[in-house]
Amino acid sequence: MREGLDHWPFILASYALTIGGTLLLVAQSWLSMKQAEARRERSRDR
Amino acid sequence: MHGFANPARFLRLARWLTPLLLIAGLIVTGATLTWALTSAPPERLQGDSAKILFVHVPAAWLGMGGWSALAIASLTELVWRHPLAAIAARAIALPGAWFSALCLATGSLWGRPAWGTWWVWDGRLTSMLVLLFLYLAYMALAEAADRDAGNGSGSGQSRIPAIFGLVGAINIPIIHYSVLWWNSLHQPPSISVGESAMAPVFLYGLLAAVIGFSLLFGGVVLARMRAILANAQAEARLRRRAMDQDFDDFGKRD
Repeated sequence: MREGLDHWPFILASYALTIGGTLLLVAQSWLSMKQAEARRERSRDR
Repeated sequence: MHGFANPARFLRLARWLTPLLLIAGLIVTGATLTWALTSAPPERLQGDSAKILFVHVPAAWLGMGGWSALAIASLTELVWRHPLAAIAARAIALPGAWFSALCLATGSLWGRPAWGTWWVWDGRLTSMLVLLFLYLAYMALAEAADRDAGNGSGSGQSRIPAIFGLVGAINIPIIHYSVLWWNSLHQPPSISVGESAMAPVFLYGLLAAVIGFSLLFGGVVLARMRAILANAQAEARLRRRAMDQDFDDFGKRD
């Protein structure tokens, strides 16, 4: 027989993981792009 | 297609497309997940736990779609030597790995209330875990190949990661057909070409979530490609300058 589990902790954990991890991925990718492009500009100026 | 393999043309396109994809992706994903959490109805058999569908299925599709794109980029690199193909494959690896890991984690969180267990070693779950390991192996291999090539910028010319990317694609049909070939707790596909076993409210919600996450995936890949290209250009400039300096010093000594 299936346990009568409350589904909401599982739902909230899934959404928190998805939103937090994906935002982190987007932010990390954007920042490393900006840093790399700034490094390219610096190498041009030297 | 060959026209876009030109890095300068790619950069002109990517400069406006990257923020556009990321902003559109954040808006569509944010709106869909808010609707799914607050307004999506409970499913007849699985109740509220079916809300996990809206994050689990896009993650699964992007994990598999990511490797398919990586394999196409690898093939393009091997056959046509497009200058951007190796960069595209390397840029896809991290977001692909993230969505594969997310698929496994959200699947586990869905499995506990739906199946009564966090994990089973059946064909679908195991082949998805293999996909995550393939991504990790690809990233390690690509980094080692770039280091051996001496540029450390992620734009290496080694063919080994490309061959690995192509061979790893054998796992994609295995994941897809695993629920049909072997006994599994995982349900068979609910959506196939032209038909769906899902209620429209779930189907349209899922479609919106897939579009939102795919836009984010595309934006992240473009941002990572731009980062690899910019690092490669900076490395090349610094190396050229160092060589010029060495020649100057050599000339003064003579």
